[in-house]
Amino acid sequence: MRLTDFVHARIPADAEAFRTEIRTFLDREMQGIAPIVRADSWMGYDDAFSRKLGAAGLIGITMPKRYGGREAGAFARYVVSEELLAAGAPVSAHWIADRQSAPLLLRYGTEEQRERCIPGIVRGETYMCIGMSEPNAGSDLAAIGTRAVPARDGWVLNGCKIWTTNAHRSHYMIALVRTQERSDERHGGMSQFLIDLKAPGVTIRPIRDLSGEEHFNEVFFDDVALGRDTLIGTEGNGWQQVMAELAFERSGPERFLSSMALFHTLVDAIGPEPDALQAFQVGRIGAKLIALRAMSLAVTAQLDAGQDPAWAASCVKDIGTALEQELPEVAQLLLATEPRVDSGGDHARVLAYLTQLAPSFSLRGGTREILRGILARGLGVR
Amino acid sequence: MKDMFEETIERVLTDLVTPELIGAAEDGTWPETVWQAVEDNGLAIAAAPETSGGVGGSWHDAFVLARATGRHAVPAPLAETLLVNWLLGLAGLETAQGPATLGAAVGRFENDRFSGTLADVPWGRRADHVLTISDGDAPRLMLLACGQATIAEALNTAREPRDTLTFDKVAPLFTAPLPAHLSLDTLLLGGAMIRSAQIAGGLSRLLETATDYANQRTQFGRAIGKFQAIQHQLALLAEQTAIACAAAELAFAASEDGPDPLTIAAAKTVASDAAGQGATIAHAVLGAIGFTYEHSLHFTTRRLWSWRSEFGGQAFWAQRIGSTLCRGGSARLWPTLISS
Repeated sequence: MRLTDFVHARIPADAEAFRTEIRTFLDREMQGIAPIVRADSWMGYDDAFSRKLGAAGLIGITMPKRYGGREAGAFARYVVSEELLAAGAPVSAHWIADRQSAPLLLRYGTEEQRERCIPGIVRGETYMCIGMSEPNAGSDLAAIGTRAVPARDGWVLNGCKIWTTNAHRSHYMIALVRTQERSDERHGGMSQFLIDLKAPGVTIRPIRDLSGEEHFNEVFFDDVALGRDTLIGTEGNGWQQVMAELAFERSGPERFLSSMALFHTLVDAIGPEPDALQAFQVGRIGAKLIALRAMSLAVTAQLDAGQDPAWAASCVKDIGTALEQELPEVAQLLLATEPRVDSGGDHARVLAYLTQLAPSFSLRGGTREILRGILARGLGVR
Repeated sequence: MKDMFEETIERVLTDLVTPELIGAAEDGTWPETVWQAVEDNGLAIAAAPETSGGVGGSWHDAFVLARATGRHAVPAPLAETLLVNWLLGLAGLETAQGPATLGAAVGRFENDRFSGTLADVPWGRRADHVLTISDGDAPRLMLLACGQATIAEALNTAREPRDTLTFDKVAPLFTAPLPAHLSLDTLLLGGAMIRSAQIAGGLSRLLETATDYANQRTQFGRAIGKFQAIQHQLALLAEQTAIACAAAELAFAASEDGPDPLTIAAAKTVASDAAGQGATIAHAVLGAIGFTYEHSLHFTTRRLWSWRSEFGGQAFWAQRIGSTLCRGGSARLWPTLISS
């Protein structure tokens, strides 16, 4: 780590101005939404909500005006994102499209691809998923075997993706696949494609998670015809393109705010006069949230300046997801409330839900062990 | 001005603050060469306004100076003097001459004279002046001459003086009503803020030392840094360093008009926790050599073990935040967390 990795960044006034706008929207649209629904955070799917948010001009705000965006900066998007997450808004439908698909297409996509996807994303109508992991390629992403072979009018795709969040409710997948056989150059021969999930040969099978919910999927490709206009960026450059996306994926407020609904029910369940242990633990978590937000804003400033803060982003994600996972542990320590999946008060239900969801926090978007490997490489020991 | 401050202090301290110098200071030798260089470069008055005789840097800019004092384990009250001169400037008072320190007072201010005790005063025996706040109906900032105190000496784990100063009817050198925007807690908050920055600096030194060692020390036929077990320990040390740095800088940035209670409480909570964890990792990576007096690692770890407790430890500050958050309930939770 260099001392310059987390230089303090203040949210500029023009970005801060978005806070009033998003809070007004949330006050109106989130009225009466129960804490257990809010606990879903960015896994909560509500396409009607996403369309309303899009109609209010609060999705894809960094996009060019010609695609319906507002040409706002990264900090404006940060303000909108953190307010949505803090409120527990059901943002899952459009979240990935807004966070990384639209920026990726803007950076690497063809004009036709941008026209096809970005205006719909901005309206909150077009949803995207990210095809990365495969049954035999999880943390070792370079081991992927799904293969696009050149054909007369483009490519033919065969293989399988797994753990794909929202594939069953998305319009497109942006997938990392092989366009060359595996070779000594470990990170070569891979490309990104924009895949229409309605295309013949695509089969999507939801996978129930341990809580009984269906968030992620297995997606099979059986001789799927991909047109010439489905390649994103440069053939063979897929690995580099994906890595550039990861800093956006790993440094945002969703990496430390996933358990906010539980923090809310916890302070209310404790009440205004905490005992010493409760005050200590609530304060310790509050302090870490304040510090993590400062780190996350520092990374945002680097992203905004066009730098690639992969190291710092990994740092935010590892500390942030550990904190998200700690919240259910601390909550069950501080109060006698037992978790309940079907009854009980708000706190009992949110506790049950987030306790079960928490293991995924440090798996999705890169495991703890992978992140620490990236940190070690940045330190120069690996 | 931040970059210039950092360049200057790194240039000044890197050559002068050697393990020999720190060791001599532990045996009671005042590091005159270091202090002279500090004064020559205006570092102790960096954050005081020009109208008070200072350099006119912002308090946020001064963060890098406080952090550097921790990084180099400066055996002198430089961070304290920086803080005192900034606070004097906020009150419209002149900067103090020479090394200065601070301490909370138990006592009374009557007939323009102060009688009372200041406990745990950093470098009390070596500082020329001590800043304190008299309690009572109309609290006042007072600058007292340490030479006029009876001193009971004490040392922290890094053998830094933490003395108790007793004054008997002593006239302050300067005094002014505590400005309305400064709380009675100002010295505690200010002290916690500089210690947070120093801990961040100390951790960055541990990270460099442990990383270098892991790259050089060979066991089982390869550098120990090639083992994943060591790599992940170093990654955790880097994380603790990063979060302490970010939290401490936020506190400085939010305190431009006076110490900001919430971000300082967060910084000291996070930094105090990081100090213990970081020291544990560094000692584990360095093994037995790091446990010797000969190796310089302990100059940093022994400081971290004291700094985390000084001006309120992790539990003290976390409980303050926790009480505020619980009192506000869920409706105030998020707005409070992002208020600075």
